[in-house]
Amino acid sequence: MSTLFQQLVNGLTVGGIYALIALGYTMVYGILKLINFAHGDLCVLGAFIGLTVITSLGGASGSPEIWVVGLAFVAAIIAICCAGVVLEFAAYRPLRNAHRLSAVVSALGASMMIENGIMLIWSPQTLVFPQGVLPQISWHVGGVVITFTQLMIIVISLILMASLYLYVNHTRFGTAIRASAIDQDAARLMGINVNRVIVSVFILGPALGAIGGLFIGLYYRQAVFDMGWTYGLNAFIAAIIGGIGNIPGAMLGGLLLGLFNALAGGYISSTWQQAITFGLLIAILLVRPTGILGERVAEKV
Amino acid sequence: MSDLLSVSDLHVSYGQIEALKGVSLRVAEGEVVAILGSNGAGKTTLMRSLSGLLRAKSGSITYDNEELVGRRADLIVRKGIAQSPEGRRVFGTLTVEENLDLGAYTRPISETAGSRAEVYSTFPKLQERRSQLAGTLSGGEQQMLAIGRALMTKPRLLLLDEPSLGLAPLIVKDIFTKLRTIAETGVTILVVEQNARMALKLADRGYVLEVGRMALEDSAANLLASSQVQEAYLGKG
Ligand SMILES: Nc1ncnc2c1ncn2[C@@H]1O[C@H](COP(=O)(O)OP(=O)(O)O)[C@@H](O)[C@H]1O
Ligand SMILES: [Mg+2]
Repeated sequence: MSTLFQQLVNGLTVGGIYALIALGYTMVYGILKLINFAHGDLCVLGAFIGLTVITSLGGASGSPEIWVVGLAFVAAIIAICCAGVVLEFAAYRPLRNAHRLSAVVSALGASMMIENGIMLIWSPQTLVFPQGVLPQISWHVGGVVITFTQLMIIVISLILMASLYLYVNHTRFGTAIRASAIDQDAARLMGINVNRVIVSVFILGPALGAIGGLFIGLYYRQAVFDMGWTYGLNAFIAAIIGGIGNIPGAMLGGLLLGLFNALAGGYISSTWQQAITFGLLIAILLVRPTGILGERVAEKV
Repeated sequence: MSDLLSVSDLHVSYGQIEALKGVSLRVAEGEVVAILGSNGAGKTTLMRSLSGLLRAKSGSITYDNEELVGRRADLIVRKGIAQSPEGRRVFGTLTVEENLDLGAYTRPISETAGSRAEVYSTFPKLQERRSQLAGTLSGGEQQMLAIGRALMTKPRLLLLDEPSLGLAPLIVKDIFTKLRTIAETGVTILVVEQNARMALKLADRGYVLEVGRMALEDSAANLLASSQVQEAYLGKG
């Protein structure tokens, strides 16, 4: 029984991270019907920038330095938001009216550029996050261990998701984002500057992704230049499971996939994890081809 | 009387296909003007060009003494031109109220509730359905929502692209009665229609658009009586 709860805690941690990253995929897809393959790499870039801040400002003393970690998050968020806007401007905007495939190629190119950029600037090797930058506290609740890092990731992820949900559903600009995702021309007829909405999505998604990326680094205490493939792929699958283009869907898909992965890893085998993930994806798409919360295309007319 | 809108020699193309081949028209402040034309005549192309969703190749669109060609669609809305587009294009997965409130996007938030109340008094059906998703409304209700949403922008000029499209005669009649009420509040209306009878009954003046060119221009009464219009658009009624 305690194994189950332990896996739930672990799964919720990873699921929160997947959800944060999945939101970036889903918001861009919602508006541009484009899969931003570079998104996972942006998140990894966030982890590396955070790591650099942590190792250059602290980490040597071995005692907790929360302010350094806070600063690492701020730096990562700002840098990745800027990178997101540059990406939209340079890689996607010029191809807005081009063939769908051109944008896909551009996305893959951007992904490779970021990945190789990280490798050149930092290292082709796996870099290690210093131990002890976060408090090494853990709580034992009836045989289940939850660490400070896990609690931080779970709580912050949930708060961010709730905030984004409220923002998108209960503010005027949030409604404009949803409207632009439904029908860009109709949104323009409401006086919405759709280009500004698109830029905002390339700020919101990367901001959440930078946090997710740095969470990965802090949780697993390591970062490697090509981990955008594994984590990005999982987050992308989470977005599809939830219904790509659907914001609550990405949150749900992320949490579900994290939990499922942890349970499968705990009870079946962790070497088969990726295969099991794809199994889940296929099973869900067989039952609901549009993902759990995905709308039927017919509703869009 | 000075014109609120004047279009001259407008050319609009889709690639090699020229859909508008030098269209001119004018609409005075407070007027209701109808443009009749059969399928493919270029009515929607004209409306989309006026709203800035399509860019004209040449010619000019003057509104309130300003040139609109080349201006961004969202800025044209701010100038006071609203459009209820062909096929209604309501935001199906947003509620009726969210759809309406988006119409007030360019205006101070404090004015939203008041304008919404005005739209509800014109279209009480929308108030009943306010928390429903727009996609679940009937065609007539969606058309009312599209018009209500356009009114929320507080337009001086309201463009209507085939408000009767796909609707039953009784509902069309109802909608045109509402349009009469809206016109009486001082909003200038430019409506394009295949339903010539309804449009001409509402309008002061009318034009006939034929494959990208204006073929006729006259008072609505004269057009209703003209044999050319009767044969082509009124089914010899
Ligand atoms: N997106 C488009 N691409 C190419 N041709 C188009 C497009 N939209 C309309 N057309 C053509 O332009 C002409 C005018 O169309 P439209 O303005 O929709 O007419 P109407 O609204 O009067 O039915 C038609 O010949 C139509 O086939
Ligand atoms: Mg049309």
